[in-house]
Order: sequence, then C-alpha cells, then structure tokens
Amino acid sequence: MKILLMGNPNVGKSVIFSRLTGAKVISSNYPGTTVSFTSGYAYLDGKRTEVIDVPGTYTLDPTCRAEEVAVQMLEESGSDIIVINVVDATNLERNLNLTLQLLERKIPIIVLLNMWDETRHKGIDIDVKKLEELLGVPVVPTVAVSGEGITDLASRISEYYELSFAKTGNMETHSTEDRWGHIGTIVAQAQKITHRHHTLLERLEEISIRPIIGLFFAAAVMWLAFRIIRLIGEGMIDYVFDPLFSRLYAPLIMRLSASLGGSGFVHDILVGKLIDGEIDFTQSFGLLSTGFYVPLAMVLPYVLAFYFILGFMEDFGYLPRLAILLDNIMHKIGLHGQAIVPTILGLGCTVPGALSSRILETKREKFILLTLLAIAVPCTAQSAMIVALVGRRGGGYLLIIYGILVALWMGMGIILNRALKGESPELLLEIPSYRLPSISALAKKLWMRLASFLKDAIPFMLLGVILMNIFFTTGLVDLAARIVSPVLTRMMGLPKTVVVALMMGFIRKDVAVGMLAPLELTTKQLVTASTVLAIYFPCIAAFVVLLKELGIKDMAKSAGIMLSLAIIVGSLINLFWRV
Amino acid sequence: MRASLVEMKSGQSGVIVEIMGGPRMIARLDALGFRLNKRVRKVSSMMMRGPVVAEVDGFRIAIGYGMALRIIVEVMA
Repeated sequence: MKILLMGNPNVGKSVIFSRLTGAKVISSNYPGTTVSFTSGYAYLDGKRTEVIDVPGTYTLDPTCRAEEVAVQMLEESGSDIIVINVVDATNLERNLNLTLQLLERKIPIIVLLNMWDETRHKGIDIDVKKLEELLGVPVVPTVAVSGEGITDLASRISEYYELSFAKTGNMETHSTEDRWGHIGTIVAQAQKITHRHHTLLERLEEISIRPIIGLFFAAAVMWLAFRIIRLIGEGMIDYVFDPLFSRLYAPLIMRLSASLGGSGFVHDILVGKLIDGEIDFTQSFGLLSTGFYVPLAMVLPYVLAFYFILGFMEDFGYLPRLAILLDNIMHKIGLHGQAIVPTILGLGCTVPGALSSRILETKREKFILLTLLAIAVPCTAQSAMIVALVGRRGGGYLLIIYGILVALWMGMGIILNRALKGESPELLLEIPSYRLPSISALAKKLWMRLASFLKDAIPFMLLGVILMNIFFTTGLVDLAARIVSPVLTRMMGLPKTVVVALMMGFIRKDVAVGMLAPLELTTKQLVTASTVLAIYFPCIAAFVVLLKELGIKDMAKSAGIMLSLAIIVGSLINLFWRV
Repeated sequence: MRASLVEMKSGQSGVIVEIMGGPRMIARLDALGFRLNKRVRKVSSMMMRGPVVAEVDGFRIAIGYGMALRIIVEVMA
C-alpha cells in the first residue's frame, strides 16, 4: 500500500508531504520545485505507509521530464495505491483537469482542496459536500502551511484502511473537449465567486511584471538582495566567527601544536604549518586550523546569508517574475526565461541548480544550461572565498572576475545557441500569486540547506586537506606541476605551485581558492587563478550530478569546453593585463 | 476585431478564437486552461519580443512571444 501525492505544479504537495511524513523537503512558491520524486513514511493508525511526493503535473500527457517522472511514478506504482490529489482551491477549474484524468483511470483517490484559507480572501466559495457528490470521492479542505485539515485527511485515509475499501474514481473516459465541458458543469454547481477588492500584494504583482517599471523593480530587488547578503555575511564573520576563532579556538590549537612539538608529519596534518610561530587560519592548512576555518568562518556565513535571501524570494513568489523579465535575454543563449531559476539556484550550489534543470524540455537546453552553470556560475562557497581573498586587494578586481564570468556566460551561451542544432522552446509558465512567507517554513528550509552544506563541506574539506598532505609528501604534486607547467607558467603566467589549488578544486572549490592564499601571488596572478578555478571543472559533488543529467557523451563535450575555455581565458588575462 | 495576444493592448479582454499551433502546443496550453472560447485578459507584455502575461479564470500565465503571436483573440471593445 502506497500513497501518491499528485497535483498541478505549485499547489503545495511538498508541504503536505512534510506534514504527513515529518520528512524535510524543500518547498517554494514557484512551479517545478520538486523535480524528482521523494518518498517517506507516514504512520497512520500505527501502520507504516510509504508516501511519495510526485513532481507536479498539469496533465497525464507529459510535456517535460519532471512531468514524465510523475506519470511514470503513477504507472509503476501498481494497483495497491491511494492517490492524494492536491488541488489549488483558488484555481479549481484548471486543477480539476488532472483530477478528472485520474478519476478516469479508476484508482482510489482523495481530493485535497489546499490553500483553503486563500479562497476566502479571493471571494471564492466552494461547496465541499456538493463537490464530493459530483466527483464521487472524498474531498478534504486543507491549509498545508498551517496544518489545518491534515488530521481530517489522516482519518479519511484510515477509513480506507478499516473498510479495506477505497472509493475509486469512476468517470467515463473523456476527450479533452468533453472533459473541459464536464469540468465546467462541476464548477458551476460547486463554486460561487463573489467580487472583492485588490490587495496590496496584487498591486505589487502588477508592478513587477510591467515592462519598464518591472525591470527597475528587479534591479532594485537584486541590489537589495546583494547588499543584505554582504551585510549578513560580513557581519557574522566580523562579529561572531572571527572573534570566536581567534580568541577561543586559536589558543587551544596553539596548545595542541606545542604538545605535538611544533612540527612533524602529524603536527602538519592536524595543525598545519606555523607562520612566524603562530597559527594563521588562512595559511596554515592543517585539518583543525584551515580545515575548519574555511568552511565555518569564511564560507558558512555567506551560505547562510544567500539562502536566507533566496528562501524569502522563493516563498514570496518572485522568481517566476524574473523569468518573464529575462525571457528575451535567455532566448539569445538558446534558453527561455524559466532557466533563470536553476541559474540562481546554482549561485548557491551547482548541485541543486543542475537538478532543477529538469524543468527544461529539451536535451539541447539542458546542455547549454548545465555547461554555462559549470563554467560561469560560481557557487556561494567559491564566491565567499574569492570575495575574501581578492577583495582584500581591491573591489575593482572582483569586478574583473565577475565581469569575465558574466561575459563568458552570455558569450558562450550565444555561441552554443548558434552551434547546436535545434531551437529554443517558448516560455510557458504559470505565475503564482505573491504570498507572505511563513517564518517557520523559511527557518526550516534555511536549516535544511545549511545542514546539507555542512554535511557535504566538512568531510570533503577534511578529505581534501589529508589528500593534499599525502600528495605533497609523495611527490605527486611535483609531478603534476611538471606536467601542467607549460600551460600554467608560459600561457597563464602563474607559478606552477598553483597546481595544488587546481588539484584541490576537483574536491572543493572553496578550499581550492583558499589554497591560493599562502602562494604569495601578485594581484594579476590571483585574479587569473581565481577565474581559471571557477571555469576549468566542477567540484566532485557537482560533477556527479552533471554526469547523471547529461550522460557520458555530453559530459565529455561539456568538460572539453570547460578545460579549453579555462586555458584560453587564463592566457588572455595574462596577455592583456599589463602591470 | 481579431488580434493576436501580441497585438492586443494591455488591459484588453476577449475570447480565444484560434490557436495556430501543433498538437503539442495546443495540449500544453490546454493543460493550463488556455483553450478555444476561453475569456482572456492581456495583463502586460515585455519589450523587444518579450513574453506576454495573460489572465484566464483569474490566474496568470507568461507566454513566450512566438507562441503568443499564434493565439488569436476576438477582442471586446
């Protein structure tokens, strides 16, 4: 026995899923947040039941990968299932299209009228009893975000168990036209709409999709987001993490260093090299010094700040507006507006960005998007380190690095769009209403993302530091340096010691940038190395996901583009930058 | 007066009378509630061949320029 949560995109399936299973999943206010299925277990009447959160779909005739997954899930789940069809109560007519298609398949169904609270604001009055009668299956009004109606749902599911009988859908199979006709009569009998006034949020909605004001609005939003991220990130570093590390943690490490004798293999792995007899958290490169300092004190504050802002924009419903405003720019690089969502997620971390590319329809779009994501969209961890290291030499140098990346994103996009056969599909996107995010939902989402950052970052960081120490002592670094030195030194003007950072970059980009710190690079070299590190290859976690999404052949092509671009860009900076 | 969604002015309403597209495009629009004889209101459109935002049944959809060009509406005065 399985429970499948199905419904149109952005109706709150994932929130219902969390309510039923207690599992933690990311939910937002835009279509396509869930792109692959998530499963968990609910305890209903003491019985452990599998619940599956299926990606949203408008219809059982799929139009993109995420929708295909949805239909496939339904077809492969066998007959021992209950489908909980989550319906946006404020949008009954369109949502019932999927409901009727499910009913036609004669499977046991419970219909949830979610966002029930919003029907009142919108002047919509639905007669639940009447709807139940017309559909022939149970209908339960819910407000997933507050939990209203969930107990009622649970008891309805239990009823199905106890009677070991479920109301299956019992609709004749319709042609598309007849189905809409049928929906029309159902809606006419079960729903009344009364007039009401526009709310403040709706006025804001108007502004953000007007052509010129909308662009100014977007620019203001982006500027504000950037300022807040810096404010939170820098504030936490200056007032919390730096004092914590330098006043509390450093003396502890110094005592450890002394007890290990101040040098030696074990000392160098754990504490790292002492600089002028002191611990330098950015340069010592021991497990317990730099290994903890980089992820916790340099990167975590920015990750937290970024996801705080992103979470707010997601739940408010702003991202689809950006998709509209940027649609024609995105068309120039062979994508459409919706591709801005994976790109923004990629500014946090390439992994969720790459997964979210499944909202795109064609292989061509995915190739362009993912290649650009790997080349020109640095993750927050990497950016935090670049800002820390390069920013120290002057803010203008940051502009050079990010200017190059933006130009690459646009330029490579245009080239790929010209070079690859096929055309870019048109944007077709439902625009959700703005909603005021719930603080607890935001906090929960932020915590999940931070936890997943720490879960990935700490082990890889430690692995990286250990590996680098081994590479150094075994002479592998020297070997690698000799192999790449023609490219590094002659073409890019970098010392061959930079090879250490390039090797580390396969494991984690933030530590890789951090490894540039002790190398005593000139500003020009630091800018070149940081840019090359962003372009040349994704870190291991991102690589695994890219490989899965692209397949071996496309991944090889994409990797070829990354490596050659890194060499070209590195050499060009070296060539044109005269000190 | 007949006009495509692109030609309509923001704020104008009408009834969809023709969708000039393949079965796939028609199916995608249909799933979103965009189909023949539906009342539609144009909300706004972006400059330089940007998408059109249109409203059906009180909810909004962004439609790419090329697709909007092929949705023909009998505009009400």
